[in-house]
Amino acid sequence: MCLAIPTKIVERDGSDALVEMNGVRQRIRMDLLPAARVGDYVLLHAGFAIALLNEEEAQETLDLLREVEVLSS
Amino acid sequence: MGEGPPSRYMEVCGTHTVAIARSGLKKLLPPTVSLISGPGCPVCVTDQQDIDTAIALAREKGVLLATFGDMVRVPGTNGSLAQAKAEGADVRILYSPFEVLRLTDENPGSEVVFLSVGFETTAPLIAAVVKEAARLEYRNLSFLILHKLLPPVMEALLGEPPALAGSGPSLPVTQGSPILDGFLMPGHVCAILGVEPFRFLGECYHLPGVVAGFDPDDILLALWMLQRQRCQGRAEMEIAYRRVVRAEGNRTAQRLLEEAFQPVEARWRGIGNIPCSGLALRQAYSAYDARGRFSLQVEPAPDTPGCACGEVLRGLLSPPECPLFGRACTPQSPVGPCMVSSEGSCAASYRYERIIP
Repeated sequence: MCLAIPTKIVERDGSDALVEMNGVRQRIRMDLLPAARVGDYVLLHAGFAIALLNEEEAQETLDLLREVEVLSS
Repeated sequence: MGEGPPSRYMEVCGTHTVAIARSGLKKLLPPTVSLISGPGCPVCVTDQQDIDTAIALAREKGVLLATFGDMVRVPGTNGSLAQAKAEGADVRILYSPFEVLRLTDENPGSEVVFLSVGFETTAPLIAAVVKEAARLEYRNLSFLILHKLLPPVMEALLGEPPALAGSGPSLPVTQGSPILDGFLMPGHVCAILGVEPFRFLGECYHLPGVVAGFDPDDILLALWMLQRQRCQGRAEMEIAYRRVVRAEGNRTAQRLLEEAFQPVEARWRGIGNIPCSGLALRQAYSAYDARGRFSLQVEPAPDTPGCACGEVLRGLLSPPECPLFGRACTPQSPVGPCMVSSEGSCAASYRYERIIP
């Protein structure tokens, strides 16, 4: 139910955006993320963008995963 | 991870339940770490009487009932929405709740009702749709709101907080509460709410929580962070899903929730009534409340004999411990909602973890 998938914004139009994932384009609602811009990656849930994906923070998670690997090896 | 203390962690998100079952993670964990599913599947926690109300509404003359796909097969006391549809009721499945506006435009002669379930991830979407419906002055559209809130049910599940005297993790002792050492926190609920509403877990129950993403790596990382907290005697709210979740959550979504809804007492399947654990439309949007528009009298529903969904939802029984599991109750012919919804712990367990003799 709370499944959400990352997509990239390719067009912005008022409360709507056109997003793309694996070459498939879809029109979605931006009510929850009004400030998101073209080029941003957003998480899509039931036709609405619900969260902005953050590249820097993703890197932080990868670093943590590396730390786990080091500790367990 | 195996060097930490023996630990029982609960996930309270159906998408986590499926991710854990599908990846076979449980088999890879050291024997000291066990995972228990909690009330994380919105379809499963919906009370039977509410399901009956939805079915009765769908059978009303002139009503077009739209909802999410998972809801239509859930058995009520007399049939399901799918059965009502087969018997002539107009029941539609929508992917996005926003589509209900188009559906209403296309069906001017129908009373369109959107049956809405879900936790804090989904409720702000409905708030946005209700606001838009009000702005565009839709007349033949209303919403049957069955949304539920996670922090109150987690608190109810844990029971009275243990005495805070002494140090180190203490366990809830209330009868009927699962014995837990921490929570794998729901990534997308926390993307909306942030972590603040969950801090009581550490402060009142001395239970750590780590917000987890949905890839097996994400879940393993969160479990490792939970074990690390336990080893260090900490009980804090941490985020292992930082690429999505910010500590403060999504403020716009929170404002939408606040604007459209007020918390009300709600009845949870297998758990009972919990104060302030559900949502109802605020006065400003009451014209869109299906309960106000239709006067439906639905009898309280009897429990389904033998079905242990309630105990499974509270983490007291694992799905295979239910006497009906895999025998009278299968995904093809489900008795309880935990077997209907693809995110139900019984369905996930049947599909991915069942030992086939």
